[in-house]
Amino acid sequence: MLAALRTPRGAVTALLLLLMAALPLLTQAFDQRYLLSVGTRIVIWSIAAASLNMILGYGGLVSFGHAAFFGIGGYAVGILSANGIQSGWIQWPLALGVAILWAALIGALSLRTRGVYFIMITLAFAQLVYYLSSGLEAYGGDDGLNISRSRFGGLVDLRDKASFYWLCLILLLATLWFSSRLVHSRFGYVLRGAKSNELRMTALGFPVFRYRLAAFVIAGAFGALSGILLANDGAYVSPAMMSWVKSGDLIVIVVLGGIGALFGPLYGAITFFAVEEFLKPLLDLLHRGWGEYWQIVFGPLLVIVALYAQGGIDSLLGRRHD
Amino acid sequence: MTEPLLSAQALVKRFGGLLATDNVSIDVMPGEIHALIGPNGAGKTTLVSQLTGNLRPDTGTIRFAGRDVTRLPLHARVRLGLARSFQITAVLRDFTALDNVALAVQAHRGHSFRFLADVRTDRSLRDPARRGLEAVGLGARADTLAATLSHGEQRQLEIAMALAGEPRLLLLDEPMAGMGPEESQRLVGLLRELKSRCGMLLIEHDMDAVFALADRITVLVYGRAVATGTPEEIRADAQVRQAYLGEGTA
Ligand SMILES: Nc1ncnc2c1ncn2[C@@H]1O[C@H](COP(=O)(O)OP(=O)(O)OP(=O)(O)O)[C@@H](O)[C@H]1O
Ligand SMILES: [Mg+2]
Repeated sequence: MLAALRTPRGAVTALLLLLMAALPLLTQAFDQRYLLSVGTRIVIWSIAAASLNMILGYGGLVSFGHAAFFGIGGYAVGILSANGIQSGWIQWPLALGVAILWAALIGALSLRTRGVYFIMITLAFAQLVYYLSSGLEAYGGDDGLNISRSRFGGLVDLRDKASFYWLCLILLLATLWFSSRLVHSRFGYVLRGAKSNELRMTALGFPVFRYRLAAFVIAGAFGALSGILLANDGAYVSPAMMSWVKSGDLIVIVVLGGIGALFGPLYGAITFFAVEEFLKPLLDLLHRGWGEYWQIVFGPLLVIVALYAQGGIDSLLGRRHD
Repeated sequence: MTEPLLSAQALVKRFGGLLATDNVSIDVMPGEIHALIGPNGAGKTTLVSQLTGNLRPDTGTIRFAGRDVTRLPLHARVRLGLARSFQITAVLRDFTALDNVALAVQAHRGHSFRFLADVRTDRSLRDPARRGLEAVGLGARADTLAATLSHGEQRQLEIAMALAGEPRLLLLDEPMAGMGPEESQRLVGLLRELKSRCGMLLIEHDMDAVFALADRITVLVYGRAVATGTPEEIRADAQVRQAYLGEGTA
């Protein structure tokens, strides 16, 4: 444990986690509450990216519809809330249950395809959910839905920004912990083996499809968790949270951070949002109105990362040992 | 008479207009090495792929270990004790040699829906894997990435993986291809030792190895089994000599 701190990766990660744990105190001390809301968003998106990393990074399955789970988690909470069910103890398990069912269904259909077809079919299913949610006139349709935050009795008040942030952080750490165990578990080895050589794994006697489906469902559940948090963050859900752009952003974050790297999703999310936050004002400073086009600058940046730092940001921290 | 371990009846497989397997029947007895020889493109790999379940025959039946497996998927046949090594080397390149074999062991240890325990310290997987590597002469290369093993070593690794599940039948598609003479020699020795434990269907172009190991030989030409017999019978068979061995070889 302590030895791990001596590697650059260990030291940077430890420092980062320390900073993140202290963020609510720091933002309060320096009266920068806006930064706490950016931090919350980063943590929630890190959970989503970590869940995508489970299938994309370990399994090599490029799902282009992962933001659907944002929406499913979010809307499950939102719809229950709109119908007077405010308890998180009921909302959250139900939201996860719906996401698991959905993941099992689309996984069973899409995992029979490969490569570009898999990308297209996962995108298509996500678009389906997107349009379904836009059509929910009773729940705001295109405009989305204001909700009240999940209640957990006296345990935690999600309206309190700092408490909510810490809850998200704990859930992120739990997700990363699970992810770190998963990679080296029997299940994780099957998943990674199938990414390396599917035919070989089948010939060894592994029913690869079942394992991939299970991975898809697990990733969907963690994805929905981030959706639940996102809904509670803004007290608002809308179809926009699952547009294909968000699915693309999630892939970008995973690739940016380092595909298959444990903390990659966190590095990726921090970089992504930092760039979004700082690039915009910077461009606006150069010329008013340019900020809107920050992605034109960000895109080529990404290409450079993809070309020259194939392991993403994670690879800048030295060789991985796994 | 004992029942054959594997018995295929009247298999036919067409690829468009090409009759790749033309009404072939073949069997392997327990403890037998049955060699399958024939010129390039004769349909040897295609035949083996049907036996393993990589390909489905158009017609015909395959029985293995007393049951009809014709419609059984690949992974289910493996579970019954059928293992294969590939003509084109298929190892998990991103894993170490030891990981490769440990995964092969794991495939036979029940389901792998275990999400938390670390396989790297799982002795029930690692110990047999290490023994398997040693058996094929790769003991010293356990922690080497499979991608960086030499071609011959990768072939050896394949054999170790195929053996990890203690199969009842081993289907070997040109295991000696690309091996040096020393490695081939070792493999011949290993296969001879294994004979008591499992039956084998051996595709091989190295005739020295074939005649040294085989109890029976089947000759495949243009998808048809033109002859089956003991090595002596095959050596003497005029049709075989003409079609395949070439006059004057024997
Ligand atoms: N998937 C396929 N689709 C179409 N034709 C195929 C396919 N697989 C094999 N063939 C053809 O079937 C014939 C038999 O091929 P096969 O690979 O079984 O021969 P082989 O005896 O294993 O040859 P070699 O000694 O070169 O390995 C060849 O003419 C080959 O081109
Ligand atoms: Mg062949």
